[in-house]
Amino acid sequence: MHSDDGITKKAEPPRKRSIANDLAGKQQEISVTEFFEKNKHILGFDSRSKALLMGIKEAVDNSLDACEEAGILPDISVSVERTEEDEEYRITIEDNGPGIVHHMMPNVFGRLLFGSRFHAQRQSRGQQGIGISATVMYGNITTGKSARVMSKIEEEDTAWVMDITVDTKKNRPNVNNDNPFIWPDKVHGTRIEYYIRGRYIKGKQSVFEYLKNTAIVNPHAELTYTDPEGKRYLFARATSRLPPKSKEVKPHIHGLEIGDMMRLARDSKQKTLRNFLKNDFSRISDRVANDILEISVLNGEMKTSSLTRDNCRDLVNAVSMVKIMAPPTDCLSPIGEDLIKKGLKHVLEGHRPEYYAPPVTRAPRVANGNAFVIEAGIVYGGELKSEGQVTILRFANRVPLLYQQGACVITKAVESIDWRNYGLEQRGGKGIPYGPAIILVHIASTKVPFTSEGKEAVANIEEIGKEISLALRLCARSLKGHLNKKERKKKTRAKFDVVQQILPEIAQKSATMLGRPVPSLDSTITKIMNVVWVEPFSTTGKKGLRNLRYNIYNYTTTPKSFMLHSVLPKSCLNETIMSDILLEVTEEGKTTWKVEALPPAACLELEFQLDGELSDVFEESDIFVSGLNPAMIMGADQLPGDWGIKGMDISESDSYVDEEEEEIEEEILDDDD
Amino acid sequence: MTTTERQEKAVRELLQIAESVYDQLDHGDIPQMNLSLRSKKNIEFDPRKNVWTYGGLTANRSAKTIKGATLMLRTLHMVDFIRDMIDNKHSSTLREMYYISEGWGNGKFHSQDESNLLAEDLEIVSRCMREDFKLRPEEDGARVIGDLTIIETDRKGKRKTINCRDDVGDSGYSIPYNVDKEKIEMKSAGADFIIAIETGGMFDRLVENGFDEQSNALLVHLKGQPARSTRRFMKRLNEEMGLPVVVFTDGDPWSFRIFASIAYGAIKTAHISDYLATPSAEYVGITSSDILNYDLPSDKLSDQDVAALKSELNDPRFNDEFWRSEIEAMLQMGKKAEQQALAKYGLDFVTDTYLPEKLSQMGILF
Repeated sequence: MHSDDGITKKAEPPRKRSIANDLAGKQQEISVTEFFEKNKHILGFDSRSKALLMGIKEAVDNSLDACEEAGILPDISVSVERTEEDEEYRITIEDNGPGIVHHMMPNVFGRLLFGSRFHAQRQSRGQQGIGISATVMYGNITTGKSARVMSKIEEEDTAWVMDITVDTKKNRPNVNNDNPFIWPDKVHGTRIEYYIRGRYIKGKQSVFEYLKNTAIVNPHAELTYTDPEGKRYLFARATSRLPPKSKEVKPHIHGLEIGDMMRLARDSKQKTLRNFLKNDFSRISDRVANDILEISVLNGEMKTSSLTRDNCRDLVNAVSMVKIMAPPTDCLSPIGEDLIKKGLKHVLEGHRPEYYAPPVTRAPRVANGNAFVIEAGIVYGGELKSEGQVTILRFANRVPLLYQQGACVITKAVESIDWRNYGLEQRGGKGIPYGPAIILVHIASTKVPFTSEGKEAVANIEEIGKEISLALRLCARSLKGHLNKKERKKKTRAKFDVVQQILPEIAQKSATMLGRPVPSLDSTITKIMNVVWVEPFSTTGKKGLRNLRYNIYNYTTTPKSFMLHSVLPKSCLNETIMSDILLEVTEEGKTTWKVEALPPAACLELEFQLDGELSDVFEESDIFVSGLNPAMIMGADQLPGDWGIKGMDISESDSYVDEEEEEIEEEILDDDD
Repeated sequence: MTTTERQEKAVRELLQIAESVYDQLDHGDIPQMNLSLRSKKNIEFDPRKNVWTYGGLTANRSAKTIKGATLMLRTLHMVDFIRDMIDNKHSSTLREMYYISEGWGNGKFHSQDESNLLAEDLEIVSRCMREDFKLRPEEDGARVIGDLTIIETDRKGKRKTINCRDDVGDSGYSIPYNVDKEKIEMKSAGADFIIAIETGGMFDRLVENGFDEQSNALLVHLKGQPARSTRRFMKRLNEEMGLPVVVFTDGDPWSFRIFASIAYGAIKTAHISDYLATPSAEYVGITSSDILNYDLPSDKLSDQDVAALKSELNDPRFNDEFWRSEIEAMLQMGKKAEQQALAKYGLDFVTDTYLPEKLSQMGILF
């Protein structure tokens, strides 16, 4: 390229080298912060309306996590105010969490990927530590204003306040006005105030909806929300039971990929392969370690650091052939069946749903080395909107997922069930069903496999999808049971109307017309009904108090003896449960009453109270009978066989005649005047 | 029997219903009422009377079901109401009774159809006529034009002699809801036959074209399905004055049913077919073959039309060769035609060509 001979041709510019040099001059480290600044959508800030919600979501998730870790019942308030500037909002989130020590405040709020949870195998809402600092950064960028953070920890008398911006070049916080102050009436807690350009919307993906759904799965939290119009909403605490604290656990070896295995081996402090297996993973006993070593044909005493890629591949293959106990579940904090119902009831009661299918919490499973638990619930009927598709409420580690419904494994699982078998409409037996229902699914996991950093949809992983489907089917079966029961009830009601209203009117009228005394109807009524009818009534008194009454009619022609059974929330029972006919209450609240020789046409009233937090969880129609031919019971079901308590055997052989001889329908042709 | 005697009988019969219900309750039984099954499954030809009446099938109305119990309660209220009306010499329309039922508690009617059906049920149970109960239908019978002289006793008890061609306007004589002998006496008829016409448009066409005088016919407008009084009126003319009856309707399945109710008896009122039906009535048209032979403008059969035709194929009243072939032909060509389609060939075509041709084939005109 360089001529020394003086014959200088028109000099070729040393183009290539020059470009490479130019580039080298420009190439520099792009900080994570800068990368995210340019790719805001990865964090979920891809639209103005979404940006506004995402910031709040990050802050609230952090507050809930912090409170849970500290064993504090969360009180969180959120407010959204319009400023004078177009599309600019001031957002304030305040909690009663443990607070943040002064010197950590800048990093927590002003540095991306700074957090304590990224490496931990435990269930928490925030996982990467991107959230709140990304919110501060997004606020900075869109408004040019810094975020103001206040925090107080219990051990100190003063709180600290500071203004924080994110230096996107260095991924470091810039702090101004760092001052101590006295925070009146605040024992501990954190408050963040920031400005953001965004769009405030209502409806499915609104702040209100997010907080409402958060309240459903966090019944221990109290949330207050003030919207831009100044309207205040309170989602009151439904239970003072804190979710059990989740623990950190080692990863589970099942489902790890070769690369994961290589990374863990490289980072391991264990000297030998055997110890690596035994100590760095959960649920690996000596025997299991031996099995893995044997199948992979690797020496347990080889150095962990010398594991090659091929060794790791052999390990992964061997692991898939060994049966290993599921990961410990105390790293997970499922909401629990009672509290899901409680949360749903608390938030949805305004819609007066007619049925809450008993929520299901499945046993923990493993996917890709992470433990997960699926929980599901279905709410049906009442004033829930009946036109259009059902509402799907998706949650991951107690955080509502509002975006990308279609891409989520939860939606896919819902769509794959033929809901027509369970009493919901569905076009062609596929897709989201239609009808007045809400389907709730919660995935709790040490690491939820989201499809993106925005944490909006859970990846379609087969094991997870299968578990969701199983949980939903259980709920759906309960729903179907309810719908069947409702249908039966309607029929019973019809007969009841006949004997309670129409027949007396017939007797009265015919007697008046003929000038004779009104005949007694007892015998006719028992002949028409030929059942024992159990009719539940429930009224709600002061907070947590419920009055329950069962009217038990013997509408048969002979005296009847039988038992009544129900599962009552034990913690809610008081002395009113005592009665002459009460037989026993077991440890689990299984309660049995014995009715002896109830005469024909007689009615027995059974009354008691439930008092306590779980009183509203009890479904009054969940009453069962034993000792009677099931065909002769109305308003209650026969005692299921799996209760493990002894019901009463059917003593008399009631000759049951099928009463459903329909009247021959008369077909009238419209050929007359 | 005089009206009063018949009414006393009606009250006695009806009160027996109440008594039966009361006695069953008093014995601790589930009260029941047995009624003839009012469906085409249960109509039989009565060769003595030459009409179709209910057969032996009964429907059991038991107070065991809501429907049965409600009906029973309603029946009692209605019986009481009828007794009251007869005692107080009132009468009411079926529609009024529907409103009066507001005060009947669980027995109140939910639609007028229900009150009409129950009135007919009571006719069956009591073997009396609805008219004896002082219940009248909402509308009067239809219009008549032609040379017929009757004596009608009017509401003031005055006997009026009326010629249905000369003493009436262009809309004719209107048949009252009660055409009993005490109300109307057939005096004389100059007409040779009765032609019963389904639609008002065709009736007016025949009037305007003077068909009554031209062919010496008595024109009766059916207004769709003819009212009971219209059918009874025609039957009396047929029996007492010896006038043959021919029926001229649209060519569709519903019109076939109009004819059937005139000639054979309607399913709903089969218990009084011998009182309402004119077994010798004949069908002029429009027939399926008319549609083809006269190349009439036609409409496609709707799904309901097809279903009605198919239902007629297992209606025993239509189970003869003429009707089977008519119904099957209509199903096959998939078309129906209106009477007024004849206007395709001019307004006079029906009176100058179609009816004379058809009626002479039938031996009515020569």
